[in-house]
Amino acid sequence: MVQVEGLERLLLEHPLFEGMADEHRDLIAGCAANAVFEAGRYVYRQGGPADRFYLIRHGSVALEVHVPGREPFIVETLREGDVLGWGWILPPFRLNFDARALQLMRAVSIDAACLRGKMDEDHELGYQLYRRFMPVIADRLAASRLQIVDMYGHPDDYVRT
Amino acid sequence: MPTAAAATLEPMTPVPFRVLGMRKELPDTYTLDLAPADGDGPLHFAPGQFNMLYHFGVGEIPISISGDPAATDRLTHTIRSVGAVSRGMGTLKAGDMVGVRGPFGSAWPVDEARGRDVVIVCGGIGLAPLRPAIYHILANRPSYGRLVILYGARSPRDILFRRELERWGGRLDTYVDATVDRATGEWSGNVGVVTNLIRHSGFDPVDTIAMVCGPETMMQYTVEALRDRGLDNTRIYLSMERNMKCAVGFCGRCQFGGAFVCRDGPVFRFDRIAPIFRVWEF
Ligand SMILES: Cc1cc2nc3c(=O)[nH]c(=O)nc-3n(C[C@H](O)[C@H](O)[C@H](O)COP(=O)(O)OP(=O)(O)OC[C@H]3O[C@@H](n4cnc5c(N)ncnc54)[C@H](O)[C@@H]3O)c2cc1C
Repeated sequence: MVQVEGLERLLLEHPLFEGMADEHRDLIAGCAANAVFEAGRYVYRQGGPADRFYLIRHGSVALEVHVPGREPFIVETLREGDVLGWGWILPPFRLNFDARALQLMRAVSIDAACLRGKMDEDHELGYQLYRRFMPVIADRLAASRLQIVDMYGHPDDYVRT
Repeated sequence: MPTAAAATLEPMTPVPFRVLGMRKELPDTYTLDLAPADGDGPLHFAPGQFNMLYHFGVGEIPISISGDPAATDRLTHTIRSVGAVSRGMGTLKAGDMVGVRGPFGSAWPVDEARGRDVVIVCGGIGLAPLRPAIYHILANRPSYGRLVILYGARSPRDILFRRELERWGGRLDTYVDATVDRATGEWSGNVGVVTNLIRHSGFDPVDTIAMVCGPETMMQYTVEALRDRGLDNTRIYLSMERNMKCAVGFCGRCQFGGAFVCRDGPVFRFDRIAPIFRVWEF
């Protein structure tokens, strides 16, 4: 019981759920649990089913791509206050990267299968979650594009022909 | 021949300076310490100003002053090797000569920022023009509110003044955060665009002055992120380092809109350049 109250408070305080109706927050809390990952442990692996997402409370996590024969390439890091995982909300509900805890990571873990069921039953809840996750996805997309631009690259690498 | 003290009085004639020291910062970036060949001084400049450095027989380029404004016995410049002049200067050794005109241009608003929070956002070599402002604020630390320094680089190997960033970050009165665009496994710091750092940094948008320097694309997105956090255009300052030639508002090479980077800049308050900021070619 104490555990659930704690999770409700965490959800209440998280900016992702700001302004959300109490009943919806209660529904989300019903799918939530605390999670802890030791430094170096994988939170999830690319290609697996996206059956959870995480609200990071402490620590940071690296999203990695593994290219055979090379060191893992870190695409992005996420930390306290950030949302880890958006693959759960869009078909085919698949994980896009490996996620490795860089330090001890504490998070609220949300069971996506449980939540998707509730979103199907309550479309207002579904709308609220899509509305809140779309900016997360759009931000990540915009950031990735900027990284591709290689703003700090050397002019020699980008000589106009 | 003009003397160092008279340099700004004779803005078109380079004054001879001797190289005191040359430090390699990164594979393509170095720092030159210069002192007037005739021993004249002291050398005063305002944080944000630049000099025209003349590599004899090769050419002249505008370079911001990256040293401590309180150190009046030398001029410090940090230069990235990109073309003939900047590469050529990278071969200079202690004792060699360089021509200097300056200091020129507008300054970071370090006085206006007194009593306020200061957010410094820089990328790549853009930390160099902001370093004098950081030195100044740290030397007068009680006069300022929260000091936030956010830095973005291409990769962990490209982080400029890394030891200094770490030292500033170790102070209890300064918040320093850095990120890189790309990294591999052994890096345990942030990976992502510099604008990501803004939302984690916690400053009071109503009473903050932001100073931004880096590639123009980076500055454009940084301004947007600062505005999203509630900063007004009149509280955001940028250093526009577009190419120039004469440095005295004469030749028009660096003109954009009604402004000349050399005469009216390089540091501009954002509301004054907002309408033309996105125009890339002049
Ligand atoms: C006010 C001001 C302050 C500056 N401060 C610094 C500084 O502190 N440290 C530093 O390393 N550089 C600084 N620069 C940029 C520096 O002046 C140029 O890199 C230099 O003029 C290039 O000359 P070059 O002969 O070596 O190369 P060039 O042959 O002229 O150019 C080589 C390549 O660099 C690109 N380039 C040249 N100038 C610029 C520029 N201004 N911005 C972006 N790309 C450019 C060119 O497009 C070309 O691809 C500053 C510029 C200005 C206007």
